[in-house]
This record gives sequence, C-alpha cells and structure tokens, in this order.
Amino acid sequence: MSRLKTLVRNEAGVPPLGGGHALCQGCGVPVVVRTVLNTFTQPVVVVNATGCLEVATTRFPATAWNVPWLHVAFENAAAVGSGVESAQRALRRRHAMSADDEVAVVVFAGDGGTYDIGLQALSGALERGHKLLFVCYDNEAYMNTGIQRSGATPFGAATTTSPSGDVSFGKAQQRKDMTAIAVAHHVPYAAQATASHWHDLSVKVEHAAAAEGPAFLNVLTDCPVGWGHEPRLSLRLLNAAVDSLFWPLYEVVDGRYRVTYQPDKVVPIEDWLRPQKRFAHLLRPENANLVAEIQAKVDADWEDLLRRCQGGDLP
Amino acid sequence: MTETTLRLMTGGEAVVEAMRQIDPDVVPVYPITPQTPIIQGFAKFVADGKAQAELVNVESEHSAMSAAVGSALAGARTMTATSSQGLALMAEVVYIAASMRAPIVMAVGNRALSGPINIHCDHSDSMLIRDSGVAQLFAENAQEAYDLTVMAPRLAEHPDVLLPVLVCQDGFTITHSAEPVAMLDDEDVSSFVGDYSLPHRVLDTAHPTTQGPFAMPDYYFELRRQQAAALETALDAFTGIATEYEELSGRPYGPLEAYRLEDAERVIVALGSSAGTVKDVVDDLRDEGDPVGLLRIVSFRPFPAREAAALLEDADTVIVLDRADSPGGAAPLRAEVAAALYGSAARLDGHVYGLGGRDLHPEDVREIFSGCAPPYVGLRGVACPA
Amino acid sequence: MPELTPWSELRGGGVVVPGEAERPQTGGWRTGVKPEVDLSKCVNCLLCWIYCPDSAVELDGTTFSGFDLTYCKGCEICAEVCPVDAVTMVPEEVAS
Repeated sequence: MSRLKTLVRNEAGVPPLGGGHALCQGCGVPVVVRTVLNTFTQPVVVVNATGCLEVATTRFPATAWNVPWLHVAFENAAAVGSGVESAQRALRRRHAMSADDEVAVVVFAGDGGTYDIGLQALSGALERGHKLLFVCYDNEAYMNTGIQRSGATPFGAATTTSPSGDVSFGKAQQRKDMTAIAVAHHVPYAAQATASHWHDLSVKVEHAAAAEGPAFLNVLTDCPVGWGHEPRLSLRLLNAAVDSLFWPLYEVVDGRYRVTYQPDKVVPIEDWLRPQKRFAHLLRPENANLVAEIQAKVDADWEDLLRRCQGGDLP
Repeated sequence: MTETTLRLMTGGEAVVEAMRQIDPDVVPVYPITPQTPIIQGFAKFVADGKAQAELVNVESEHSAMSAAVGSALAGARTMTATSSQGLALMAEVVYIAASMRAPIVMAVGNRALSGPINIHCDHSDSMLIRDSGVAQLFAENAQEAYDLTVMAPRLAEHPDVLLPVLVCQDGFTITHSAEPVAMLDDEDVSSFVGDYSLPHRVLDTAHPTTQGPFAMPDYYFELRRQQAAALETALDAFTGIATEYEELSGRPYGPLEAYRLEDAERVIVALGSSAGTVKDVVDDLRDEGDPVGLLRIVSFRPFPAREAAALLEDADTVIVLDRADSPGGAAPLRAEVAAALYGSAARLDGHVYGLGGRDLHPEDVREIFSGCAPPYVGLRGVACPA
Repeated sequence: MPELTPWSELRGGGVVVPGEAERPQTGGWRTGVKPEVDLSKCVNCLLCWIYCPDSAVELDGTTFSGFDLTYCKGCEICAEVCPVDAVTMVPEEVAS
C-alpha cells in the first residue's frame, strides 16, 4: 500500500488534529502534525508548547484535537513530555505491562519554543534520554505574537523586531543550527525535514519512532502571514528551500549523517527569497552583496554537510 | 495503631522516610540548599531498590515542576522538593499546576529569597506563591514534617481538591536539625495513602482529553473560580484526613493549633518552627501568672479565617509574627489575620522577624508579649518604642 | 452562539473532552471562492487530503469523495497541489 494510503488508514476517519481551528488560511503546521501523528501505528499523546498551534486549536471550550493533548507553558514542552514519558515508564514497570500497548509521546513546539526559550528544557530531555519525539515546526519567527525575530530567523529576514529600514537590512545574525545542537546531545536520531516533503517527513518519523531514546525533528514549515506570500503558495514554496539547499533534508542516526534528498537541479537562492515579502528588501540592487553572502553560506554549509556524511572532520 | 518507636532524624530525613513509604511513581529533582538532603536521601533509596520511583534529574526547578505536572496528569503519583530561588523560578508552573488541578506533593525547605542571596530560613519563598492556588501546610518540627508529608497525598488527591500541596518546613532549623520522630509502619502508610486515581489521565488514550486550553475573557474568570473553590474545600478535607491520621498515629492535626488560648489576653499568631519557641515562653509566662497564648497556623493556604477568628474572640491583643516582609504593604500573615479579625474589638499588632535566618530568641518573644518590641524584631539599629 | 457555562458546571482544570463543544465553523472565513472537483480527472493521489490545513477533504476509504465546506477556509492549496488540475476554485456567494 502506498505510504499516503497508509497514513489515511492510520487516521481511520478521525484526524488527530481536525478542522475547526483558528490557524491561518494556508498554515503549514497542520500538515506537519497530521503527517507525523498518522505515521504512528501505536496510540499517541501530544504535548504542545505555547504558540500558534496550541492557541489556535484549543480555545476553551472547543478543541480540534482528537488525541490526548497537554499544554502547560511556553518553554517547558520537553520537560512536560519528560514527565509524561517518566510516568509511563514508572507505571509500566510497576504493572509489568508489555511493549505492545506503549503510548508514543510526541512534543510539538515552534522555533521559539525550541531554539530560544525552549532550549534548556529540550537540552535536558535529550541528555536524559527519554523516549520521546520532539518536533519543531520551524517557521523561523515568533509568529503567534506577531512575527518577531527568533534564534531561528535566517540572516537578512525582516521581522517586526528586526525590520529592514533605512539603517538596517533585517536580521543581522545567522540562525542557530538547532539540528546540530540536538546531534551534540548524542541522541539516537535527529533529522531535518519540511512540511511539504511529507513522504520524507513520514519516513523520518518512522525512524524516529524506532529509536531507543529521544528523537528530534526540525521541520521547516511556512507561514503565509509571517513570510509574506499567498496562502495558495504555502508548502509548494518549500520546494525552493530544499532545491536551493537553504534547508537540506538529512538525518543523523547514532551520529552518522545521511542526506535524504539531493536536488536533481540546484536552484539559486533568489528562487527561495523572491516569493517572500520578508526578503523583498534583499532583492534591491544595493543589497546584492547580502544575497551573495547568503548564497555563499548556503553553499559552504552544504559542503560541510556532505563532509559530515562521509564521516570527515570539518576543516 | 502502630507501636511507637522514636528515631533521631532531621526534618529532611523525616520527609525522605515518608516519601519512601508513600512510594511515589515519579520524582523530578533539582538541587537547592536546604532541601538537598531530601532529594539525596531519596535518590539513595532508589539506588538501593528501596523506593521504586522514576527519579528524573531535571536541569532546573522550572523543569522539575513542569515534569511533575506532565507526570501527575499522565496518571502517576508525583512528588518533588525545592526552596527559595527554585520555588521562584518554577513559580509560573506552580500557578499552572494548580489551574490544571495536578495533585503534586512538594516539600519546601523554606529559605529566604534573594537578594542578597542567602541560604537560611525565612518564609518569603512560600509567600511569593501564596496566590498560586496551591495548598501550603507549615510544620513546626521534624515530627510534623513527617506527618504532614504522609497526609499530603491524601489531601492533594482528594476528589474535591485535586491540587498541589506544599509541605513547608523551616530551612536548616527543621531540615537539618535532628529530633526524635515517630514513624508509622510501611504498610500503614501504604494503606493510608492508597492508590492514585485521576478523573482524566492523559495516558488514557481510549478517552482523549485536551488539557491546558487557551481561554478568552468569556471563560477565564469561571475557570479560575472553580479552581479557587477547590482550594476552599481543602480545609474540610484536611480536617477529615487529619482525624483519620490521628486514629492511626495518635497524633492530632488540624488547620490551626490552639496553645493555651483559654482565658489568654495576649495571643501571638505564628507559622513554623518559631511557634515552638513561643510555646516555651508561653509556658514560662503562664508560670508567672501572665495570661498569654499562641495560635499556630498549620494551613496557611487555605487560610482558616473563620476558625482563627473564633479562637481569637476573647483575646484583648493579637500579635502576628511574620517571617516574611511585604515592602510597601502589610506583611502576609498579618494581612490574613487582619482580614479574619475585621470588626473585632481586639488590638492587632504585628512584627517582622527572622529574615534570612536571623534567630528569634526567647527574650525576643518575651519582649513581644510585653508590647515593647520594635516592628522589625532582632534588627540592628532599632530601639524599643517608648 | 453557544450558551456560556456557569463556573460550577465546568470540568475541573478546564479539561475538554473532544466533541462536547462545538468547534468554530471556519467555513465562514472564505471570501468568495470555494473548491470544486472534476471527478473524471481525479486520480486519487490523496495529495489534497494530506495538504489541507483544515482536514476538509473527505474520503470514502482511500477514495476522494468531496470537500467538507464546514471548515474549508478557501486557502486554495488543494487547487495548487492537484497534479491533474482536477480541483479548481469557483466563485461562491459570501453571506453578508
């Protein structure tokens, strides 16, 4: 059976996250949530950090979730997930339960709740080795509060707290390499994926679910409002992120790197920047040097990634 | 009833023994003086297989309470411990734990809040979260630290309560001082605390729920009211649990303790270990024919306002001792007592003492009873008011 | 407009049981277009099903069977991703 049909069968007519939520037209997040959760064949429990996904899906007394769902605060999703995982571990030990009915603990957080305020709790959870899957839906800014810059915002992007203006070209710092930070915790599985490449994402979820310990998925997810594009182009736009090598798709299994998608034809970084209003200022002639800088870094990072895949050391 | 054997142990060690006997499922821990003997002692029991808990060595107190909420709502009996800055750091999650009705039991070794940084006893940490919606019980000594900890899961998990319960003991004064403590048998504690049960366990995937929703102005107020009502119920719940505990242990407990209040003209109201010092002075003064007494508050939250007012009905002067200050306003315990006594004919005095571990001596208490103590007792640079 | 519940009738902790409360009917967000399918072109690739942010694609088993307009916000992703142009956005009267 095709993978997509398997996801349909796993959903069984009851979507883990259904309609009736207030996420924007064309929001990329639900695709990530449904792809991830429908890949699991075992029951799941979702822990959600504060952010767009949490706020928009659970306005009391309604909920769009059909699986057990828990939200506590912004920075602690990984710690809350650690608690749920520990509870399951303790109860299974006490009552000598079999592995068949083990519930998967899946944590969803935005880039703010992962790269910045959520970093400490995530680091602790990864170091302690809890068996949970942490999925970052990375739309590269604090979108829920009005598109403010985060540690995941890429160089040159305009946000409401790093606007481009007469004396500024937007965010002046490179974004953190969050996937590398996760790998540095010696986790059994870490990977980069996108909301659009659902097949690649679903395979990675399978690998993550099989890991004996924590798994980290960094999923580039677009935001029509924050990135400045028509809702219709949502998800399709991410093809340019992947084909320009801005967001390589790879996985790291017990420290060994493997690229999971090599574009047939690599496209120039402008193809990624052009459709998004948050980069519009970069495409002015006077900012050509910035675009060149971005292209050079993307190319260098790709070479580093390939070197890591070959098991080589960075220079 | 259990045969009573007394063992010499500190308040910290007493809590460790109670925890071992309660045998919680999950214990997230993060170190901070002076509660560390609690988490260390319990960790040793786990390492020796004498306690079955999943010990989760989290990376901050904020994560300790967060993991505790996740665990408690998932369906596991959960305990932890903290003090001072740790309690301050986890404060937002303490509020949330109460709002989510998570029955967590937490030991607090009361310690002064920074700054300056100080590791000794006062009650400022507990007072920081007094509005959080959690229950706070204050022990006078190591025996009470043990007994209140054994009772705490029953209170936290009471079906009408379902709230976090903090068992507070004075840092160093109780946590690190050895006293004779009578323990119950392991089986008695086991059957007293019983099994953990929750109406909506997150791990119950057959009955999915959404917990921790977002609320707009049309519902926040109502959600907060139902939570506050649960804490109000805890007063009666605690009294009931304490009655059961007295049958088992022979030791009576309640939301307050009346010490020689019959015909007392001047009464001190206090929390924690200093109440023990006050009791000694009350006895001495009574021997001298002076009609004084002590009202010790055990349950600071929920505050037993009606009961306190009734017990203080006949006193001429009520003197509240606060081991925490509220700069620019009324000190916390004094504010509670004043609200409880509003309309009473009694004179109300208040003193702040013991901040940052400054000792309260029997001579200070005598001075307080005499009406000749400054507002900040024991502070250098003040004179007794004329 | 659903009636608002008094405080004493709320579940403890604000716990919500799915299905007990009505979900916002986000179909009202559409601003003049709705999706329509030409079934003769549809190849059941299921891409519209996975990509729809509002779970508005209905299936009969693994066969496309229609759009649930209760929640569809009219984002047009289904029309954009359909590989055989079976889905188009057509005008729709918006309730004033």
